[in-house]
Amino acid sequence: MTSLNVPVNRPIELSAPPSLRFDNVEFNLLGHQLFGPCSFTLDGPGPTLVMGPNGAGKSLMLRLAHGLLAATEGAITWSGDQTPRQAMVFQTPVLLRRSALANLTHALAVNNVPRKRRAELAREALARFGLSSCADTPARVLSGGEKQRLALARAWALSPSVLFLDEPTSALDPAAIKDVEAAVQEFHERGTRIVMTTHDLHQARRLAGDVLFLAGGKVQEHTPADIFFSAPASRQAQAFLSGELVA
Amino acid sequence: MKKTLNLVLAAVTTMGLTFSAQADDYITLASTTSTQNSGLFDSILPKFEEATGIEVRVVAVGTGQAFELARRGDADSLLVHDTAGEKRFVENGFATERADVMYNDFVLIGPKDDPAKIRKAESAAEAFSAIAEAEAPFASRGDDSGTNRAELRLWENAGVEPGGSWYRELGSGMGPTLNTAAGMDAYVMSDRATWVAFENRQNLELLFSGDKVLFNQYGSLLLSEEKHPHLKHDLAAQWHNWLLSEEGQQAIADFKVDGQQLFFPNAQ
Amino acid sequence: MEENAFYVALSLLVNLDASLYQIVVLSLQVSLVAVLIAALLGFPLGAAVALWQFPGRGGVIVALNALMGLPPVVAGLGVYLLLSRAGPLGELGLLFTPGAMVIAQVILVLPILAALSRQKVEELLGEYREQFVSLGMSKARMMPTLLWDARFALLTILLAGFGRASAEVGAVMMVGGNIDGVTRVMTTAIVLETSKGALPLALGLGIVLLTLVMAINATAYILSETAKRRMG
Repeated sequence: MTSLNVPVNRPIELSAPPSLRFDNVEFNLLGHQLFGPCSFTLDGPGPTLVMGPNGAGKSLMLRLAHGLLAATEGAITWSGDQTPRQAMVFQTPVLLRRSALANLTHALAVNNVPRKRRAELAREALARFGLSSCADTPARVLSGGEKQRLALARAWALSPSVLFLDEPTSALDPAAIKDVEAAVQEFHERGTRIVMTTHDLHQARRLAGDVLFLAGGKVQEHTPADIFFSAPASRQAQAFLSGELVA
Repeated sequence: MKKTLNLVLAAVTTMGLTFSAQADDYITLASTTSTQNSGLFDSILPKFEEATGIEVRVVAVGTGQAFELARRGDADSLLVHDTAGEKRFVENGFATERADVMYNDFVLIGPKDDPAKIRKAESAAEAFSAIAEAEAPFASRGDDSGTNRAELRLWENAGVEPGGSWYRELGSGMGPTLNTAAGMDAYVMSDRATWVAFENRQNLELLFSGDKVLFNQYGSLLLSEEKHPHLKHDLAAQWHNWLLSEEGQQAIADFKVDGQQLFFPNAQ
Repeated sequence: MEENAFYVALSLLVNLDASLYQIVVLSLQVSLVAVLIAALLGFPLGAAVALWQFPGRGGVIVALNALMGLPPVVAGLGVYLLLSRAGPLGELGLLFTPGAMVIAQVILVLPILAALSRQKVEELLGEYREQFVSLGMSKARMMPTLLWDARFALLTILLAGFGRASAEVGAVMMVGGNIDGVTRVMTTAIVLETSKGALPLALGLGIVLLTLVMAINATAYILSETAKRRMG
């Protein structure tokens, strides 16, 4: 994770998001092959929705791509000279035991944003996600939806080129889900590469530009969303889409 | 966060100053609990300080530990009550001079009903053997203090090798030993000063005293400059000489508890 | 006699005389400074052991846990030998000063602060780790964040350390010498009065000490509970 020492620069360049390439990537733990070997490239406009049954390796794939886990075999590479700035939003948002605002200024401080600019950037991000009134509220007493929005605001404040989201809405009510999806759209429109896992077929239909379908730790297909939903190529995806249990 | 740190630093500095802003004109005196607990120092030290401007800081421990403090160079002066040990200390070169300062005496304390009948004893030796014969509980300091060393010599005089379940070595100072003796109705040997000032007597009484062998001599020592050049020898000598002076001797004689004189000056 | 002691304690508190005041202030100064120094060393140490993997880490954890039970007299003896004129730090002339008492109490309190903060920080790290790595934080950068976020637990740990420091007598007796007006603190005064057989006074002093410690604990408890409720 050497990606984040680039100073935050506004306004955001709207150039094409960096592409991500998996080359025969494997992840093994205690002799068990949990992921791969897999090769694919994410270079379309996205957002990329990662789908598949439980245990398919969706979360693993995100963590390998983001660098939280190191691949046992193979190579993960990004286009461009350096690893792009990235952020990740987790299923259960991890928030510090501080105010909402302080959660953001902390993330900015960690990324070497000058002290003077932190509060301004943080308040801007809070406002964008409708959290201005909660700035001084301790993050951990916010509602589930607010917490996830705060996690998104934190990611936003860091202006990442790539945003990973791991089942960000699975614990939320419909209104909060709507907010998160709107936020994802906003990131997408800002030119951020979105890689997001979800269980929710409807959500995938609403958001996906392309779908990476995993089963059994391997990529079964990677196709544009309209093709995936109308004519899935793999047997597992067909079964998944028709609501069967896929092993 | 930064503010907290500044506060912390400020606090530490303030307290550090309090710690170091103390008089330089003082000596550390290693002495025994008996002199401290009786209140003698509270009475005579102000007089010495008034006369010389020197503060005396008393570390009151058992005589054994007091010797050890002086041996290691942790005390400027020594006032203890183990004449034989003091002489050895001079012979071994740790002190250059030893002088008699005062004496008090040891007394035998025991439960009112006196099961070993030592009230009627003619001598200390008789009293000690009576306790051993009756196998009446006896609380010994057992801490290598001056009192403990004197007690062991007295058993030897009486021809008794103390031991068995009635003889209890406590390994404590005089006060705690008296507290324990009071709790278990045991005989105990104490210096008179500590006994007179002692408040928690319960069932205990003074049963035997007056034999010359119970004489408890205190000596002051001038420590060796050669062994420990860093000590405050000048100030310590002033203290030593004051104790032996007429003024010091009078101050000792003037110290009374309940109208009773506890220490008898006998400097030559 | 015990009824007496409460009366004595009360009159000690009411007619706070100069020498008792001095003893109380010195007790608090010594223990607070010791706990502060121990915190400045012990919390980062605990956090470091929680964060870094290194050979012998298990041994360090066991040692810290075991040293929480270090008998005060042993600490006192060690510091005495260190600060004694014949010892390696004798030149400093710290023996029989409040400074020596602070050093002894730091040694007693440090393992408590380090061992307990290690546990707490490790627990918190389990919760935060992925987010920290995602934010690109180095371990050194994680340390202050973890310590700050563990602040309520650390306060409780601090109080445990203060309790040990203010309650112990063996170490301060040995390295302070219980010198009247210089190194006499509450606990050594209690020992002295007990040895004089002045049990009501000794118990009275004990009640004063307990009252002080309780007041400090109550204040800290109320502050942290209020803050905790606010922080969720």
